[in-house]
Amino acid sequence: MAALLGPNGAGKTTILRALAGLVPLAEGRVVLDGRVLEDPARRLRVPPERRPVGMVFQDYLLFPHLSALENVAFGLRARGVGRAPARRAAAEWLARLGLGTQAEVRPARLSGGQQQRVALARALAIDPRLLLLDEPLSALDVSIRAEVRRDLRRRLRDFTGVSLLVTHDPLEAIALADRLVVIEGGRVVQAGTPAEVTRHPRSPYVADLVGVNLLRGRMHENVIEVEGGGRLQVARAGDGEVLAVVPPSSVSLWRSRPFGSPRNVWSGHVSGLDWLGDRARVRVSGRPSLVAEVTPAAVAELGLVEGMEVWVSVKATEVRVYPA
Amino acid sequence: MVRPPTQPFSPVLLVLAGLGALFFVLPLAGLAVQMPWRSTLQILADPGVRTALELSLVASLASTALACLLGVPLAWVLARLRFPGRELLRGVAILPMVLPPVVGGVALLLAFGRRGLVGGPVATATGFGLPFTTPGVIVAETFVAMPFLVITVEAGLRSMDVRFEEAARTLGASRWTVLRRVTLPLIRPSLVAGAVLAWSRALGEFGATITFAGNFPGTTQTVPLAIYIDLDSGRLPVAVVLSLLMIVVSLAVMVALRGRYLGDG
Repeated sequence: MAALLGPNGAGKTTILRALAGLVPLAEGRVVLDGRVLEDPARRLRVPPERRPVGMVFQDYLLFPHLSALENVAFGLRARGVGRAPARRAAAEWLARLGLGTQAEVRPARLSGGQQQRVALARALAIDPRLLLLDEPLSALDVSIRAEVRRDLRRRLRDFTGVSLLVTHDPLEAIALADRLVVIEGGRVVQAGTPAEVTRHPRSPYVADLVGVNLLRGRMHENVIEVEGGGRLQVARAGDGEVLAVVPPSSVSLWRSRPFGSPRNVWSGHVSGLDWLGDRARVRVSGRPSLVAEVTPAAVAELGLVEGMEVWVSVKATEVRVYPA
Repeated sequence: MVRPPTQPFSPVLLVLAGLGALFFVLPLAGLAVQMPWRSTLQILADPGVRTALELSLVASLASTALACLLGVPLAWVLARLRFPGRELLRGVAILPMVLPPVVGGVALLLAFGRRGLVGGPVATATGFGLPFTTPGVIVAETFVAMPFLVITVEAGLRSMDVRFEEAARTLGASRWTVLRRVTLPLIRPSLVAGAVLAWSRALGEFGATITFAGNFPGTTQTVPLAIYIDLDSGRLPVAVVLSLLMIVVSLAVMVALRGRYLGDG
């Protein structure tokens, strides 16, 4: 699962629409499973209805005049499946997504989360090789977003095709995708795993975008075993797979081991220094690796240079944790 | 509860408004008063009247059907496609709405009449002519009624979210399937409203009909024409009955379309 991340207007949705065949390419190619779907140079263009592509739109676009079941069955019937088998398959999909009882309900009477699941079922029912998701969580109430995100991650794990997600929310991207592609002004600015992108921003936008330290790990009671090494003590107890956010501004740097209230203290090496306006971002590699934000004056005073050993401290109360 | 503030008004305003209301109410009242209530059923049973009624019904329904057949595709083209001259085409399609109907009739004669642009060659080849025939009535009524359908359906198509059609295509629907299973169902209210408006207009058409199709009882004398002739030849009771019938039909149409086009629903 790849995520296209970028600010609004960067062109992310356009890319999705082009892949779906709704917008023609001026140049370039679309190749899926080794099959060329579009190649303007060779005047080749497979229309959207013949591409093995399923799309979940930002506001779902569930047909208002059809029930949930009919919506999910629509793609199958459009592709020639008979009425009864299509309805049966649709019913199965709805049951699989926990919507068995809502089959005859019209979309207008479903909650946001339910609509999203129907839209997902509708796209998956046609057995696509490429699944496109346009800001799947943005239409949802903030309060249920985390839960739906977890739900989505679980469901997409079973999907055998390629899935591509578009979002402007870095949290969404990092939580759902294995690979991040950052798009700015219609160009790919950076691509890689979430960890790579987070660790080495290549433009102020990306740096700002992933301006938080986001760590993944497994939690037991008050301690998180961070993926890739290190432990973090946090204020509130919890359990299971978690995401932890440490704002760079909460990371303090010391020349020697500090003894004080911060529960998390470890040593590392300065692996990079970035100047962003009136702040300095210091990348510290260690277990775990973090980015600290300090004043230029502090950098000068500490004599921070690349390669230097530093001690890092993070207060347990400054770590924000939530289920992954 | 807060009472709405009362507007200051001048008595002159009230008087003028009252006169305006009377302007509409008096003619209707006049009709109601003159209505020959006791002989109504007898009049309606008269064969001449029955013929006019049947003809009006058949012709208006046929022209509505023709308007739909030709008007919906036209509306689709105007709403969805972009091409040079589109505005001109829309203007031409709407023209019959603002044209004096009798002028429409003359134009139809010049196009489809026995010496017309299209009618001429057809008449020479087949001996068939549209003027003064029942099909001619249908053509005249379609001419004046179709713009209503086109305008309504076009508006419906424009206000519809096109992305539903895109969603359908990504699901595998061909353009035809999209039209049939997504577009038309979604604009059904506009389609119905447009058809009802067109039918109502066709039913009431006079000027173009009498000019193009003439006033022959049985073949081209629709109810509006019958009313005119009856009035002209002094058969007032018949004219009144038919007129009130038309009013009842118009009221029914208004009720059916309330909220869509006529303000408070």
